[in-house]
Amino acid sequence: MALVLNEEQVMLRDAAAGFLKEKATVAHLRALRDAGDATGFSPDVWAEMAEMGWAGIAIDEQFGGLGYGYTGLGLVLEQAGRNLSASPLQSTVLVAASVINELASAGQKERLLPGIAAGQALVSLALQEGPHHAPERTQTSAVRDGEDYVISGCKVLVMDAPSAAQFIVIARTSGSAGDTAGLSALLVDADAGGLTVEPRAMVDSRGSGALGLADVRVPAANLLGGEGEAYSGLSRALDIANIGLAAELLGLSAEAFERTVEYLKERKQFGRIIGTFQGLQHRAAELFAELELARSIVLAALQAVDAGQEDLSLIASAAKAKLCEVAQRATNEGIQMHGGIGMTDEHEIGFFIKRARVVQHTFGDYNYHLDRFAQANGY
Amino acid sequence: MSDLETFRQETRAWLEENCPETMRTPVKSFEDIYNGGRNPEVDHPDQVVWCERMAAKGWTVPMWPKEYGGAALSKEENKILAQEMAAIGARRALDSFGISMLGPALLEFGNEEQKKEHLTKIARGEIRWCQGYSEPNAGSDLASLATKAEDKGDHYLINGQKIWTSYADKADWIFCLVRTDNTGTKHEGISFVLFDMDQPGVTVKPIKLISGNSPFCETFFDDARAEKKNLVGEEGKGWTIAKYLLTHEREMISGMGAAPRKSLGQHAVDIIGADAGGRLASPVLRQNLAQYQLDTLVFGYTMARVGDEAKAGQGLGAASSIFKYYGTELNKRRNELNLAVFGERALGWDGDAYDGGTLTRDWLRSKGNSIEGGTSEVQLNVISKRVLGLPDA
Ligand SMILES: Cc1cc2nc3c(=O)[nH]c(=O)nc-3n(C[C@H](O)[C@H](O)[C@H](O)COP(=O)(O)OP(=O)(O)OC[C@H]3O[C@@H](n4cnc5c(N)ncnc54)[C@H](O)[C@@H]3O)c2cc1C
Repeated sequence: MALVLNEEQVMLRDAAAGFLKEKATVAHLRALRDAGDATGFSPDVWAEMAEMGWAGIAIDEQFGGLGYGYTGLGLVLEQAGRNLSASPLQSTVLVAASVINELASAGQKERLLPGIAAGQALVSLALQEGPHHAPERTQTSAVRDGEDYVISGCKVLVMDAPSAAQFIVIARTSGSAGDTAGLSALLVDADAGGLTVEPRAMVDSRGSGALGLADVRVPAANLLGGEGEAYSGLSRALDIANIGLAAELLGLSAEAFERTVEYLKERKQFGRIIGTFQGLQHRAAELFAELELARSIVLAALQAVDAGQEDLSLIASAAKAKLCEVAQRATNEGIQMHGGIGMTDEHEIGFFIKRARVVQHTFGDYNYHLDRFAQANGY
Repeated sequence: MSDLETFRQETRAWLEENCPETMRTPVKSFEDIYNGGRNPEVDHPDQVVWCERMAAKGWTVPMWPKEYGGAALSKEENKILAQEMAAIGARRALDSFGISMLGPALLEFGNEEQKKEHLTKIARGEIRWCQGYSEPNAGSDLASLATKAEDKGDHYLINGQKIWTSYADKADWIFCLVRTDNTGTKHEGISFVLFDMDQPGVTVKPIKLISGNSPFCETFFDDARAEKKNLVGEEGKGWTIAKYLLTHEREMISGMGAAPRKSLGQHAVDIIGADAGGRLASPVLRQNLAQYQLDTLVFGYTMARVGDEAKAGQGLGAASSIFKYYGTELNKRRNELNLAVFGERALGWDGDAYDGGTLTRDWLRSKGNSIEGGTSEVQLNVISKRVLGLPDA
């Protein structure tokens, strides 16, 4: 497949850029933060996004989506990254819908996906338990009891936890921490008995929370996929999620970089524009090169998803590792090249580094994915 | 069957019949590459046979017009030819500065007579060329060059010195930047001339590199003669041609680090071993290898993307400015990693035990990649100013 956007994709990207630049900017994120809003996004703006079909971009038409594929979703996420737009695009559209797509039965998809595609159902994946992403180390347990499963454990970093209506909880039905076999995915309503949702303030000011599951009882029909067999479908969904997050990081990094270059053209010291200093010029030029590389791997990875490539692990880890590296560099240089003003809360450049680190960490950081990339290459 | 499919079948059949078995082995060293010329270095007689057969088809320069020795292939056909050659491991029949640098410049700026005369000889490998750009005091600041060309009616009289002239000792002709006027700014008054090296006014002195080879020379002009008909473009307007040619040189250099079949990481596992989880037993080396391999993969996608965007008319061309810088830095990283992975085996200088010191010498040679054709620092200057629009000091 040619590594270019088609006309439909260019239109989608431009439409997303136009809308987000107006409705969901860094200034909006700041306002949400300062209002102490636990939801972390504006439901009105989300409703408008859903009206444009964004909640169903990558969902099949048979389930009420637009069927534009992940390249389309990636383009919107990239623009969301540029504007630091807060919305459930990541939690529900990118992650939860992908998990459902990979694991759920046809009947379950029919029940769940149309609501997501319409922007009405907010669903979020509850996976991580410790300080690091390590799905196979899941300890949360689910025990079969008659027609139910009884779930116990804790989860952290659950995106949009305060506003989600349902969670997909990854729990162990057999085996022990470290085993890939024995993991199951269970749908849990936010108001289920024994479930506590604790909103947690994170550095990026987005909605996030921890779950406490104390003997939460759900019907066996809420199991997505086979009992104990969630790992491979979950892995693929996480590959897709990481590719989508890489797209967000691309937009975020490009924006931080462009703002920084603009500043280099404005700020004067020693009687000259600081952008005339070669020490800064070369660092900017190197970063430009890295961003061009980042753009290529994100597009290649999105296209691999849409082409139905069987094993996404290598390209997903390549995309996430590269984008973690580039985002880290772009946001660090962003602060450094702004000097003191870059350290102030008043300036927007700081918002980029904050969001970047959360996205980098989510579902595996640079170290995790570079390691996985090496393994996928046989060493 | 589509036209392209027919072309593929015919190409496959022709190659199968005409490519000598000996020319289907991988290129191991510079001697395996055939450069042609009046006194060609022939490592194996089949090199000459293979070059003649390919030249007769126009396939030494597949995309050049037929009247200048090419086959006028489209991009798609050219790609098919490359794929079919790769499929049987066929080497390129002829490689030269004439093909990669002078040819494109002459196609763009040469007059009809120059194209007829020089391009056909390049295509057949009859004349080998060298590049006379750099001077002792004009390297990165190339436009300050001082080699003087005096107007003598039907010819120029040339005096001065070039340096780092690759293969000047093997070349038949030189494409040379000379100063025809020094009254204006340094970019004005530069002219692009071609002349025969086989004349009393031209002396070359090979320079030995750190790799032990002597691929480049000091080149002295003492009343050397260049015919006026071999002035390319207008007198005093040679800088434009020089720059155009440099972009082709940079493309060629940035493509030099093509990834070998077996990954370095796998070599490393063979040599160093792996832990129970299959991870290379040296974690720090493993990380360096993975970073290098990741960047190589992503750089490959970038070359593909820029090509595809250009085809779709979407490219601004900005991304291509990174190729020379990134490609050569990657190639240097790969060579450093060769040392790290192969250890003692990559430190030999000569003899069969070390395959003639190939790994070692390639490593040393790679250091020049980020100097030749414009240094990495100069490339970064170009990106800062032309692409990012950062101001001059
Ligand atoms: C293997 C090899 C083959 C070559 N083949 C040919 C050939 O066939 N024909 C030919 O004409 N030439 C050839 N060259 C010469 C090559 O083009 C020059 O070496 C190159 O342009 C650099 O010039 P220089 O050697 O004078 O270095 P200098 O220009 O003196 O550079 C020295 C250092 O200063 C840095 N520097 C210079 N200016 C700046 C600046 N403005 N900003 C930041 N840093 C700067 C450089 O990046 C470099 O690190 C070859 C060189 C090599 C290594």
